[in-house]
Amino acid sequence: MAVNRMFRTCPASGLLFHQPAEKLMRWHAVAAVVSLLIGGLLAIGVVLTRWQAVHLLAPDRFYQVLTAHGINMLIFWIIFFEMAVLYFAGSTLLRCRLATPGLAWAGFWLMIAGAVVNNYSVLRGDSSVMFTSYAPMGAHPTFYLGLILFAVGALISCFVFLGTLVVARAERTYRGSIPLVTFGALTACIIAVFTIAAGAIILIPTFLWSAGLVEYMDSLMYKTVWWAFGHSSQQVNVSAHVAVWYAVAAIVFGAKPLSEKVSRGAFLLYIFFLQLASAHHLLVDPGLTSNWKIFNTSYAMYLAVLASMVHGLTVPGAIEVAQRQKGYTRTLFEWLRKAPWGNPVFSSMFISLIGFGFLGGISGVMMGTEQLNLIIHNTIYVPGHFHATVVIGTTLAFMGLTYFLIPVLFRRELAFPTLAQYQPYVFGLAMSGVALFLMGAGTLGVPRRHWDIGFAGVAFPHEFPGAAWLMMALAGISGLIAIVGGGMYLLITVWSVFLGKRIATPGFQLIHARDGVAPRLAPQPAIAAHGPAGTLVAPGTFTLALVFLGAFVLYYFINWKYLATVWPLR
Amino acid sequence: MSAILPPTERVWWKQPLDRVELLWIVIALAWCLIMFFMMPYWHIYGAQNLSNEAYRAKPADFSAKAEQMIEKYRVREEGELKVPVVHPPAGSDVYLIAQLWRWYPMLELEAGKSYRIHLMSMDWLHGFSLQPENINIQVHPGYEHVVTVTPTAPGTYSIICNEYCGVNHHTMASRLYVVK
Repeated sequence: MAVNRMFRTCPASGLLFHQPAEKLMRWHAVAAVVSLLIGGLLAIGVVLTRWQAVHLLAPDRFYQVLTAHGINMLIFWIIFFEMAVLYFAGSTLLRCRLATPGLAWAGFWLMIAGAVVNNYSVLRGDSSVMFTSYAPMGAHPTFYLGLILFAVGALISCFVFLGTLVVARAERTYRGSIPLVTFGALTACIIAVFTIAAGAIILIPTFLWSAGLVEYMDSLMYKTVWWAFGHSSQQVNVSAHVAVWYAVAAIVFGAKPLSEKVSRGAFLLYIFFLQLASAHHLLVDPGLTSNWKIFNTSYAMYLAVLASMVHGLTVPGAIEVAQRQKGYTRTLFEWLRKAPWGNPVFSSMFISLIGFGFLGGISGVMMGTEQLNLIIHNTIYVPGHFHATVVIGTTLAFMGLTYFLIPVLFRRELAFPTLAQYQPYVFGLAMSGVALFLMGAGTLGVPRRHWDIGFAGVAFPHEFPGAAWLMMALAGISGLIAIVGGGMYLLITVWSVFLGKRIATPGFQLIHARDGVAPRLAPQPAIAAHGPAGTLVAPGTFTLALVFLGAFVLYYFINWKYLATVWPLR
Repeated sequence: MSAILPPTERVWWKQPLDRVELLWIVIALAWCLIMFFMMPYWHIYGAQNLSNEAYRAKPADFSAKAEQMIEKYRVREEGELKVPVVHPPAGSDVYLIAQLWRWYPMLELEAGKSYRIHLMSMDWLHGFSLQPENINIQVHPGYEHVVTVTPTAPGTYSIICNEYCGVNHHTMASRLYVVK
C-alpha cells in the first residue's frame, strides 16, 4: 500500500500538516466537542438539582444525569481531545507523516463505538453507577463494555503516536531531541498506556461479573485497582495540559523553556510518581495500614507535586523571559501587564495555569494528606477540587488551544472574535466560583453525589447550616454562568468550523515529500540565550511563585488546625 | 517558537540550571518533605488518626453481633420504624450496620468517654459521615473496621451517607446522641 506523503504548510503558523493526520485531528476534535456539548447539557441538570432552591430533577434522573455528565466530560471530551493533541505533537511538530493512519481510524471508531455503547447503557436507566462505578453496585454489562471499547481505541491511538515517533526518527524529520511539547505529549501517552492497562485489569473482570461469569467482586480490591485507572488518567490530563501550556507559551510569545533539563525532568517525575494520586482515594478505607497510605500517597516526598510546582514556575517564567527580551522590563510585572490579555489563546492558558495551581493543586494536596482526608473525604469539596484541576486546568487549556487550531487546522476564521475574547474569563472565573463554593460547602460537611441535603421526608434528617445552603446556591449560580461560558465556546467553535469564513491561501498546494524524508522548513531564527548568569531571569514569576507557596503553606496549616478540633479518633 | 521545536542546544542536558529554577526546586522540595513529615508527626502527637484495625467478616456474623449488643443495651426506640437506641458502656464494642438505606442501630454515647465503634456494610459501599463534626470514613462490605472515638461535646449529631449507594442514597441518615 502506498504511503500518503502529502503535506501542507500553514501560511500563518508555518506548521506542517500531514494530510491523513490533519483529518484525524479534525475528527477527534469534533468528537471531543460533541462530547463536551452532551456533558454540558447534562451539567444543567446537575447544577439545577444541587441548587436546592431549584431542585429540578427527580432522584433517579439526577443520579443518571450525574453519571453521564461525569463520563462524557472526564473521559470522552478530554480523551478525544488528547488524542488530537498526541497527533499534533507527534505528526505536526515533528513534521513527520503519521504512522499507520488506517489503524488510527480503527482506534477512532472504536472510541466512538465505546462512547455510544456506554452512553446507551446509562440512558437505559439501570447503570446510574457514577463515574467510579464502585462494585458491588453493578451496572448493565454494556456500561463496562463501552468503557473497554473506548480504552482499546485510545490504546491504539497511543501506539500510533509512538509509531510516529519511531518513523520521525527513522526518516530524520527533526534534529537532536524531540521538542518539549512532544516530550510532554509522550509523557501523557506513556501514562495513558499504564492507565489503560490498569483499566483492563479492573474493567474486564467487572464486565464478566456483570454478565454473571465471575461470582464475587471484592469492594476494596475493586476500589484500589479502579483508582490506578481512575486517577492515573487524571495524570494523563495534567501532562497533556501542561504540554499545551508550553505550546501556547511558545506559539504566542515565542517563549523558550528556561531549561530543557528541568522541564523534561518534571515530566519524567509524572511518569515515575503517577501512582501517588491513586492511593489518596483510599485514605479513609479499612484494610490498608497507615504506613501503606502515607508512603503510597507521597513516596515520602511528593515528587509529582514537586513536578507540578516546577511547571508552575517554568511556564510563566519562560513567558516572562520572552517578554523581557521584547523590552517589557520595567517593574516586576510589566511583562505580565503587557501580555495579550485579549487573545483567548493566551488568556485561557494563563487562567488555566493560575486556577490549576491555586485552586486545584493546593486543594488536591489537602485531600491527599492521610489525616486531613478524614474531614474532606466524599464531601462536595472533592468535586470542588476536580472542577479546578480538570475543568479550569485541562478543559480551559484545551479551549485555548482550540482557538489556535481553528485557523491553523480547520483553515477557518474564528467566528465571533469579541465573544471569544471574553469566553475564557466568563468560563474560567465562573468555574473558579464553582470550585471555591463547592469547597466551602464541603468544609461544612455537604456530601457529594447527594440528591437532597434538605432530607425532605427522611425520618431523621440532618440540618445543614444556612452557610452550606448559601454556598450551594452560589455554586449553582456560578455553575450556570460557567455553562453559559461553555456554550460560548461551543457556539464559537461549531460556527467557525462549519459556517466560518474559509481562509483562502493563494497558490495553495499540497507538497509531496520524497520517500523517507519530510519537506524542509525555512530555518527558524535561534532565540538568544538568557541573561547573564547570576541574575534572576524571571523575578516576577519567582515572586508569584512565592505568593503561591505562601497561600499553600497557610491553607495547609489551617486545615490541620481544623482537624485538631474534631473528635479524637484512633 | 521553541518549546515546539527541538532544543537549540543539541546537548541540552548539560546546560546549566537557571538560578530561579534551582532556588524554586529547593524550596518546593523542602516544602514537599515538610508535608510528608506532617503525616507521621500527627500519628505521634495528633489526636485524629484513623484506626488500622480491620477484619474480614461475613455480613451475617456482623449483624448477629450487632443484634446481641442491641439486646443488651437498648434504652428506647425512636421514630415510626421504632429504631432501637443503644447506650453501651464506655470502652465497649459498639456495632453500627450500614445497609441500603439505613444506619442501624442508633447510638447514644457519653461525652469524654471512648468507644470502639465497629463499622461494616451489609451490601454496597457506604460513607459514614458524622455531622456537623465532619468526620468521614468509607464503609465496605466484608471489612469490619474498628474505630475508637471519643465524643467531646454533648449534643445531637447526624450520621449521613456520603458514598453514593443507589436511588435512595440521600435518605440514609440517622442520629448519634452524645450525653453528659
